[in-house]
Amino acid sequence: MKPLNSVIAACPPSGIRRFFDIAAEMDDVISLGVGEPDFVTPWRVREAGIYALEQGYTTYTSNAGLPRLRELICADLAARYGADYDPARECLITTGVSEGLDLALRVLLNPGDEVIVPEPCYVAYEPCVAFAGGTPVRVPTRAEDGFAVDADVVAAAVTPRTKAILLGSPANPTGAVQPRAALEALVRLAEQHDLYLVSDEIYDRLTYAGSHTCLGTLPGARDRTVLLGGFSKAHAMTGWRVGWICAPAAVAELAVRVHQYTMLCAPHVSQLAAVEALSAPSDEVDAMVADYDRRRRVFVKGLRETGLDCPEPGGAFYAFPSIRSTGMDSVTFAERLLQAERVAVVPGSVFGPSGEGHIRCSYATALPQLEEALVRIDRFLRQAG
Amino acid sequence: MRQILELLERDAQLSHETIATMTGLPVAEVSEAIAAWEASGAIRRYKAVVDWDAVDEDPTSERVTAFIDVSLTPARGVGFDDVAARIARFEEVRSVYLVSGTHDLRCTVIAPTIRAVSDFVSQKLSTIDRVQSTATHFVLKTYKRDGDAFTAQEADHRLPVTP
Repeated sequence: MKPLNSVIAACPPSGIRRFFDIAAEMDDVISLGVGEPDFVTPWRVREAGIYALEQGYTTYTSNAGLPRLRELICADLAARYGADYDPARECLITTGVSEGLDLALRVLLNPGDEVIVPEPCYVAYEPCVAFAGGTPVRVPTRAEDGFAVDADVVAAAVTPRTKAILLGSPANPTGAVQPRAALEALVRLAEQHDLYLVSDEIYDRLTYAGSHTCLGTLPGARDRTVLLGGFSKAHAMTGWRVGWICAPAAVAELAVRVHQYTMLCAPHVSQLAAVEALSAPSDEVDAMVADYDRRRRVFVKGLRETGLDCPEPGGAFYAFPSIRSTGMDSVTFAERLLQAERVAVVPGSVFGPSGEGHIRCSYATALPQLEEALVRIDRFLRQAG
Repeated sequence: MRQILELLERDAQLSHETIATMTGLPVAEVSEAIAAWEASGAIRRYKAVVDWDAVDEDPTSERVTAFIDVSLTPARGVGFDDVAARIARFEEVRSVYLVSGTHDLRCTVIAPTIRAVSDFVSQKLSTIDRVQSTATHFVLKTYKRDGDAFTAQEADHRLPVTP
């Protein structure tokens, strides 16, 4: 047989997969490894999805997505962040940010173009760059800096082939929220070297200290920013697969072109449910965010009381404590913790070399479970130490 | 501060320490506020939400809930308040509301048997001065009460580890 695609074959399988396989076989596991809300989609939204099915909305939509949904998304971004996107020409509905990321990179990159990816970062960033024919170039961020991106470090990685910077804030896995100044410095750097900015803002509503900075609204950023967002996290709609791209018309137009041939459209029912999610006041989202925040405070405090050093996570629903004090690498720590105490966490090294020495713990889990997990982690650390 | 009450309303068993962590307030301040609310009556008491349908397997230990709508003749100066207060004093009456619509008061009554409810209605309630008529609705099944669903909990369909 002839060899399969070499880029894809060279891409290692996600390190998360292995932990899933081990944890799935065990009983009584408390999983802090889940990267999605523990809330079910609010009933109002689910009911709209059911109604859409009853009414027979089982067809394709236009490639770019329902006009009403695009209008609501652009209006929401305008109201929340002062962003200015034309729903007709600068917004398209994707099957989650995952597709949005893929489209953005395919549209931006020519073979061999480099994309600077500050890490630790979401597991899909580097593979998606590679699949789009680009070369991911990692730049480290440090726990000591709250995982803020240092524009000087990024600048040192810029080459004539650099095309874009890909960044998620608030971030999976660190929970870090990029300070506005760090983002402004990145925008200046992008202007200086004529780079695009791909901004994954799927966790935008989940910030706990200060408000979210939408990259596309920073001075000088709009014309070079591809903004990715969606409904999965804030509206607890992961399985519906609905997200969006907002970008300058030239970029959005090409993204629709790829989307129309590869995806055709995002699921119609999901789009109608998303319309409902944005149509009513966001009380349910606010209540979920408040709930995450309370659990975050309890969980981070509890982690610190076990003796682990935990940077303050300002967003998303992850804590990213350091486990360096144990002398174990993150994979060993996660494996032993799972075997000894049946608590599943994700080793930080899965998210890039700068994630080594950390573990990702999701606190999108019921409070009693979090408290029990803390007891088990504490016991594990005592026995290990 | 309001947040403390909202947290307690959802879970009265939260410790003051946990509430302090959740809200970012000092423990002493949380304890002080709760003590003040308890003293002033803003916090009446703490109780469990019991799904009796899940407990009562013995059919003789019956419990009947009824909604009773009451029509009244109002009186100058007090309106409906004096009669409402009088009805509210009965042990078996769990709630009394003044409502708009065809009737004036809506009461919830809990008693051991249907017979006990009808005795209450015919002997006590209907004989109160200015009570014109009553309409009794027996509860057949409780699906949701005070924000608590009494139907099966939704299962967690998430995979144990996801990116």
